[in-house]
Amino acid sequence: MKRSLPLAIVFIGGIIYFFAYFTPHYFSEYILQQKILVDWLKILGLFAFVIGLYSLIHLHATKIKRKVDNWQYSVMTLTGLTIMFIFGILVPEKFGGGIDQGSIYDWIFMNVQVPLQATMFSLLAFYITSAAFRAFKARSVEATCLLIAATIVMLGRVPLGESIRSATKGFLDFPLWTQWILDVPNMATKRAITFGVALGMIATSLKIMFGIERSWLGGSE
Amino acid sequence: MGFWSVLGTLVAAVFTLAIFSFLYKDNPFYKAAEHIMIGVSVGYGLAQLYHLGFKPYLWNPVFKEAQYELLIPAAIGMLYFGFLHPKTRWLIRIPIALFMGIGSGFSIAPSMQAAIYTQLQATIIPLWQHGLTFGEALSNILIVVGVFTAIIYFFFSWKHKGVIGGLAKAGIYFLMIGFGASFGLTVMGRISLLIGRVIFLFQDLPKVIIGIF
Repeated sequence: MKRSLPLAIVFIGGIIYFFAYFTPHYFSEYILQQKILVDWLKILGLFAFVIGLYSLIHLHATKIKRKVDNWQYSVMTLTGLTIMFIFGILVPEKFGGGIDQGSIYDWIFMNVQVPLQATMFSLLAFYITSAAFRAFKARSVEATCLLIAATIVMLGRVPLGESIRSATKGFLDFPLWTQWILDVPNMATKRAITFGVALGMIATSLKIMFGIERSWLGGSE
Repeated sequence: MGFWSVLGTLVAAVFTLAIFSFLYKDNPFYKAAEHIMIGVSVGYGLAQLYHLGFKPYLWNPVFKEAQYELLIPAAIGMLYFGFLHPKTRWLIRIPIALFMGIGSGFSIAPSMQAAIYTQLQATIIPLWQHGLTFGEALSNILIVVGVFTAIIYFFFSWKHKGVIGGLAKAGIYFLMIGFGASFGLTVMGRISLLIGRVIFLFQDLPKVIIGIF
């Protein structure tokens, strides 16, 4: 029951939805593909988010309660979460609540979350450059291909590439070469990888539907 | 510039510098900024979900439009909370099973359509025909050869020896050029973000500070 019921749901749901795609009928197009696939799964997703939220709060609350090392940071996480919750959900719109533009929630998003995330990702520029410095060594033909392609694309995407093109009267046309690399060899490899990913997805979907792949059930009974 | 704009710029500057302080070494300012970011991000998601998910898809339809059938997915969703008790923990598998079953079954045909047929169709192109320049024909040939050889590289049912080995080797070269291009684009994406933050610190922030005094 504990394992067979979920497996039966996966099988039946999988078969129904596989054929629903090919069935141009009201029940298939409205009930299955609109009502259940979009609306119902969105509602299920809400509850899944609540579970994730519970896990986060539980983890940090436990850290604070047990006063583990660096528990003070957990207080900051929960404070950030609580402030967003209060201004985003509890406070009425006339007092600056809600999620619309101009609300306190929006102000925090624009002045705290956006700069934090942008800076966090920009920080990767330093590490990715350092990694490139160590990795970009023309030890083999393959590594040389990688090095040349990356260098051309990087030069083709900055004003320096344009300047080189102007200075050499179009002889070293990095922007044009960049576009060619992206449109031809890059697209060819992306396409091959897309084939592989799609076939892998289909195979995994079939394995899940037929109960061959059961890791999602978890380890216990 | 209003009070809230000035305060916002100063707050953004403090957090920007706190994150950049990691370049020196891991420190309490960075850790604090990182933890605040997690909290604020989750809080942001929570409020978004409440206003754009819970209210329009569950609360309003059920309590204002009497669409009581939506209580069925809500009841199934409640099974997620079964994981709070060891005896009812297995119930969480039911909503997950619904997701997995519907997702698996429904994704097969669109995957075939979008990722295989369409891509295959786009690869079946004229290698040479009247009106094509030499460069265009060469590009078309390289696209076909690139797709074919890169697929051969990922095909492990035959040993990569002889002709297959040669084709797989050519596939590696194409893959390396593709990865190089992706790497270059990623680097430039990160650099442009960095430029944005540097412009904020050296252009926007000084304007605000000068404005205060």
